[in-house]
This record gives sequence, C-alpha cells and structure tokens, in this order.
Amino acid sequence: MNEQHHIISYRKLTGIWLALLALTALTVGITRIELGGYKVLGALTIACLKSGLVIAVFMHMKYEGRLLRGLLFLALMTLAIFIGFTFFDVLYR
Amino acid sequence: MTHPQHKDYAGAKLGMWLFLFTEILLFGGLFLLYSVYLRRYPHEFAAGGKQLNWIMGTANTAILLTSSLFAAMSVTAVQRDELKRADGLIGGTVICAAGFMAIKYFEWSAKIGHGIYPGSEHLKAGPPGESVFFSLYYITTGLHGIHVVIGAVLLAWIAAKVKGGTVNAGDYILLENGALYWHLVDLIWIFIFPLYYLIL
Amino acid sequence: MTTLKQPKTSFWNDTGKTGIASWIFSTDHKRIGLLYLYSTFGFFLVGVLLGLLLRIELMAPGRTIMGPQTYNAVFTVHGVVMIFLFILPSFPGAFGNLVMPIQIGARDVAFPRLNLLSWWLYIIGAVLILTALFIGGGAPDTGWTFYVPFSARTTTNVSLAVFGVFIIGFSAILTGLNFITTIHRLRAEGMTWDRIPLFTWSLYATAWVQVLATPILAITLVLVMSERILGTGLFDPAKGGDPVMYQHLFWIYSHPAVYIMILPAMGLISDIIPVFSRKPIFGYKMIAFSSLAIAAAGSLVWGHHMFTSGMSDTAVLVFSFLTFIVAIPSAIKVFNWVSTLYKGSISLEAPMLFALSFILLFSIGGLSGLILGAAATDVHVHDTHFVVGHFHYVMFGGSGFAFFAAMHYWLPKFYGRRYAEKPAVVGWALMFTGFNILYFTMQVLGMKGMPRRYYDYLPEFANLNLVATIGSWILAAGLVIMLVNLFRGLLWGAPFEGNPWGGATLEWTVPTPPPTENFLEEPVVTHGPYDFKGTGKP
Repeated sequence: MNEQHHIISYRKLTGIWLALLALTALTVGITRIELGGYKVLGALTIACLKSGLVIAVFMHMKYEGRLLRGLLFLALMTLAIFIGFTFFDVLYR
Repeated sequence: MTHPQHKDYAGAKLGMWLFLFTEILLFGGLFLLYSVYLRRYPHEFAAGGKQLNWIMGTANTAILLTSSLFAAMSVTAVQRDELKRADGLIGGTVICAAGFMAIKYFEWSAKIGHGIYPGSEHLKAGPPGESVFFSLYYITTGLHGIHVVIGAVLLAWIAAKVKGGTVNAGDYILLENGALYWHLVDLIWIFIFPLYYLIL
Repeated sequence: MTTLKQPKTSFWNDTGKTGIASWIFSTDHKRIGLLYLYSTFGFFLVGVLLGLLLRIELMAPGRTIMGPQTYNAVFTVHGVVMIFLFILPSFPGAFGNLVMPIQIGARDVAFPRLNLLSWWLYIIGAVLILTALFIGGGAPDTGWTFYVPFSARTTTNVSLAVFGVFIIGFSAILTGLNFITTIHRLRAEGMTWDRIPLFTWSLYATAWVQVLATPILAITLVLVMSERILGTGLFDPAKGGDPVMYQHLFWIYSHPAVYIMILPAMGLISDIIPVFSRKPIFGYKMIAFSSLAIAAAGSLVWGHHMFTSGMSDTAVLVFSFLTFIVAIPSAIKVFNWVSTLYKGSISLEAPMLFALSFILLFSIGGLSGLILGAAATDVHVHDTHFVVGHFHYVMFGGSGFAFFAAMHYWLPKFYGRRYAEKPAVVGWALMFTGFNILYFTMQVLGMKGMPRRYYDYLPEFANLNLVATIGSWILAAGLVIMLVNLFRGLLWGAPFEGNPWGGATLEWTVPTPPPTENFLEEPVVTHGPYDFKGTGKP
C-alpha cells in the first residue's frame, strides 16, 4: 500500500502524444492506398499499437503490478472469446 | 489492512479498472456486431465508410489524443504539486471535449440533412448492408458521445476539487481515476475511427 | 425493526440511529444486506404468486382463469421478476453483503457508498419494471428473454421494462466490482487465499461474471430499445439485420448469468455441509478452483440455447461439446460434498436439510441439463416443459433451496433470535415433496411433447398437469410454514447466542448480532475455515 507512485515526465507524455499522432497519420495513409483485405488488418494493427501506448503510458499500466495487468489481459481475452466464438456460427452458416 | 483510516489507493484504482473493463465489454458488444456484419456486407460497409467525412474523423482523433495528453499531464502536474497548471490542463481536456462534440454535431447534422439516419427513406431504398452500417455508426458514435459528455462533466467537477484543494499531491486518486476514464473514452475512439471512417 | 429489544451493542442500534432513513441511506454492509433481503424476497413472493396463477391456468385444458394475452403477460412478468429481481441480485446482494466482509475479517466492503448506490439502482430498476406493467401498452408479453423480432414489434410496454433491467444490470456490475476489490484488498491479517471460506470464493467467481458479462446484456438491451424507438433494424432482416445475432448477444450474458445465480448457492452449501458433518471439507482447493472453472467454462457455452435457431452446424457441435465440459467442475463439487459427508457426524437440522436437498435437486437439474446440452436430444425437447422443469430444478431446487438454507443458517446470527426447529423441518418436507411433484411432472410432460409458454394444451396432458398444479400447492404450503416460522422466530424467538453449530468461519467469532464495524478488535486468522478444533460444540 505504500508503493512509490511513479511520476511520468511531461517530456515523455509529449513524446507518446507525437507518436500517437504519427500513427494516426500512418493509418490514414495506408487506408488511402489499395491494399484490399489487408487494409482492415493494417488499420486494426495500428489501432492496437496506439491503444497499447495509451494503456502503457497515459494510463500508467507500465508501472502497475502484475495483478492489474493480469486482470486487463483477462478482460480482453474474454472479449476476444465472445467475438471469436460467435464466428463459429457466422463463418459456417 | 482493514483500517481504512488512510485511503486505500490501490483498492480505488483496482475498482476503477474493473469499471473500465465493463465499459470495454459494453462497446465490445457493438464491435462484435460490427465484425459480424462487416463480414456479411463488406462492399456496403466500404460504400458507407466512403460517405463519412474522413477529414472530420481525423480531426476528432487528433483532438481526442490531445485531450488525453492533457489529462495525463494533469496527473503529473498534481503529483508535482503544481495545482494551477493541473487545473489549466484539465480545462484543456474539457475544451477539447467540447470541440470534439461540436465536430460530431456538424457531422451528424450533415448526414441527417442528407436523409441518412436509422429508419430513413433513403436507407430503406438502398441496399440493406448500408442501413446496418449507418445504424451501427449512429449507435456506436452516439454511445461514445455520451461517454465524452460524462467524462467532461466528471473532469470539470474534479477540476473544481483541485481548485478547492481537496485533490492535491497527497491525495489525487480522484483525478487519476477521472483521467483513466477519459483515456478509455480515447481508447474506444482509437478503434471506432479506422473501423468506420477508413475502411473504404 | 424497532420492536426488537436488542442490547445496544449490535448494528441494529449501536449507532443510535434506527429510523427508516438510517436504513435506506446506511452504508453499513449488514443493513444494506438486509435491505436487499427484504426487497428481493418481497419480489420472490410476487413471483411465487404469479407462478401459482400460471399453474392454476394450466390445471385443466382451455381457459381456466385467464385468457391467452394475460397468460403471456403473467409468464413474462413471473420470469422477469424471478430472474432479474430475485435470483440474480438476491444471493450477492443479501447474503454476500451480510456475510462476506465478516468472513474475510473486514469492517465493511471496499466502497460502502457505492454499495448503497447498488441497492438504490436495484430499487429504481424494479420500480421502472413495475411501472411498465401498468402504463403504455401494458405488461410485456415477450417472455423474460425479450427475443426479437417479437420484442421489437409488440405493442406492449417492452421499452420501459427493458430499461428497468438495464438499470438493474448496472447495479449488479457495481456490486461485482465492489466485491472483487473487497476480497483483494480488505482481507484480515492471516486470511490468505487458501483460508478464504468457500462461500466467499464463490462470490469472487460470481463477481467476475457480473463484471465481464453484464455489460453485454446492457448493450443488448440498449439495442432492443433503439430497435423499438429509432427503428435501427440491426436485428431486422428487412433492414439487413439478423435476429440470431440478438440471441447470441443475449445468451453471451444470460448463460453466464445462470452461474451468477448458482455459484453463490454452491459456495453456501460448501460452508454448511462441513459444519453439520463436523468434518473439514473434502477437497477445499478443488472446490475453490471449480468455482473459477465454472465461471470460465460457463462463459463459453451460450450457443447451447440456440441449437434450433438456425445457427451453423459447426457452432452447434462446438457449443454442445463445451457444454459437457461445464459438467466436470460441477461434478467435482458434488463429489466433494458427498465425500465430506462420508463418515461425518451428520446432524440433520434445518439448514442441513435444505443443503442436502440442494445436492439432490441440483444433480437432477444438472443431469437433465446434459440431455438439453446434447444437440440431438435438445431438438426433441427444445421449448417444451422439459426445459421449464430443468431450469426450475437448477434455479429453484438449486439457488432457491440454498437461499432458504442460508436464511436458516445465517439469519439467526444477524437477528440474535432463533426459529423453532420443528416447523422448519415440516416446512422443508412439504416444500421438498411439492417441488418434486411439480417439476418432475413437468419434465415428463415435456418429454411427451407439451410445449412451454402455451396457455392451452391437448387433452392427453390433462392428468399430469393437474398433478403438477397440486404439487405447486403443496410447495406453497411448505413455503408459508417456513416463512411464518422464520418471521415469528427472528422477531420474537428465543435468543440465539454464540456458535451453536460450531462453525469455524469468522462470522461465528463476532458478537451476535454483530456490531456496526463487525469486529471488536482486529481479527488475526490463524486457521483454515473448516478447521473445527476448539470451535465450541464437539
């Protein structure tokens, strides 16, 4: 309970912000060129990357203990299973 | 451990994260529907995405990312006991939220002006996949918009507490949890943006 | 409440405040627990009355006491009240709140004010649902599942009822996150994870289901409302939507929700059986683990409600297979309970009788669930009275009987007064008999092909339906005896003191009734929850 609270410097936060803006520009860029089905994949990969940055630094997850990280993983896995298992129906109907 | 004389900082944060999980799952239901219908109507979804204004979408993405930066910086500011600056940064977040909602308003009213809204004649006449795309668009961005408003009100209330001194370098869990909520709103948008505006 | 002549040392009066406002705005987990008990049990009685009316209508073919539209409304409200207003909130809300913080040695839950908000949201949701019955198009007639397309088209007041359920879902989420945080953060010194009583373990698993599954229900209900109000058409084939997607979303929540209802009941049984067998629980770790395993596996099987919906055959196969996997952790629990009883010094008092009948009724319900989980047999009995019998065995015979067990086991502790043993046993015997006559007959009827949710039926089903209805009266008679006995005992009965059954969990170490912050001094836990050496009675 007396853990040290990590203070993230303004400089680091600004750096992450710039990276996020650059990734946004990149998504817009790659979806402008013709990639077919890879477009969705590319856009979603970048979105995951962006959300990873937000969660790790803006939301301090990088500095949290194992418990919160594990629970976040559990929640995301649950959502992935809900969506994935629905496709047992959707893909084979 | 059972003496709650001092605030249980880690407990409050755990509770907040659990709440964020529920928000993720809430939007998750909509993303589930999106993925199913995208597979069924890929061309209609692409056509629908083309009709959305990607410039406005990109602008809103930049605005939300910036607001998130301000929110994260305000936590740093309070931790360093720079309360005035923290107040200003939270104000910046709230102004960004207002900007986001303004752009959203123009976007929606333009679409509704063109006769594109759930149950409209225009959509009834078009292919069914298009109607599904726009229904999902309105519900998802609408629900997200409600979260933006709630988050902005929450942060404004916390800003008042920072000003009043009840949130300070010794006790800032309220601000940290408020910022966490705001980042989640940003996080959801990070997925809404490419899925609706850029899948062309 | 003020009629109680308690010494001024318990949560009933030690704060000096006993007025109604000191209850409905209290943040004390025990007062909130009792608020939940009164409100959820009140709705249970409403649901029972509606159920009895349904049985009277089905007593003979043709119209008996109500027409088809009324019948549709009554079975819908019976389901909505029983599921959303009783079983889902009652165990975590009432006994979770009353007992869980004491079991882990805490003074209260992690967020007491949020806890109060949960109860208020529950009440607001309940009021909205009740309002929906009387204004607008009248009581919903969709069944508690609110299936589209009917729920999107019916002129009855579905929107408001659905909004009420949405609010109640919010209440469940807050309770869940509160309990998880409490169990992680507020355990007393020495209360390690392998010393947590199994009731609390089961609440922990339940809370996770509440947190992760309820949001899906929330968004589903939002979509039903937008379907009705805005005409979004996401489930309407005419507009490109797919009604089967509604069923997916609904059951992604509602199947795990079944485990919200049954898991705390299983936890309670795991607490009662060792106490009344005077033997440590057999397989503590496996029971705790199986709670988590049921919560996890139970989240993967929603498709078994949809075998006849037009879902793909691959999905039918996968979900059928996964359904059988849930049977494993459930069986682990049953075997461990039975092993605990083996060579125990069993005393057949009221809580134990309810607990033992839980094992039997839950097993019957669970095994009939396997018949429904197998795709081939499910097609035959889908939407028949077999299904109705099955889930009443699990929900009523399981959760309901466990709830009665909890009332006999824990309420004397919180009221400081005891009920009479003999009427309790008589009430139990009547309920157990009536229950089996009612629901076993229903399962037979279903096998013969009687469909559910029909107010009329073919003459060949008449005899068995009459038997079932008579069973419902025996059940109701037992219920009345139990209630009168509890009511009289808890208000005016002989004092209940100490630890008459020799429980080893922490709630038996605090004064009776417990004071507001539970513990007179900080508890330090030195032994396991079923370590009975030196806990009073031999």
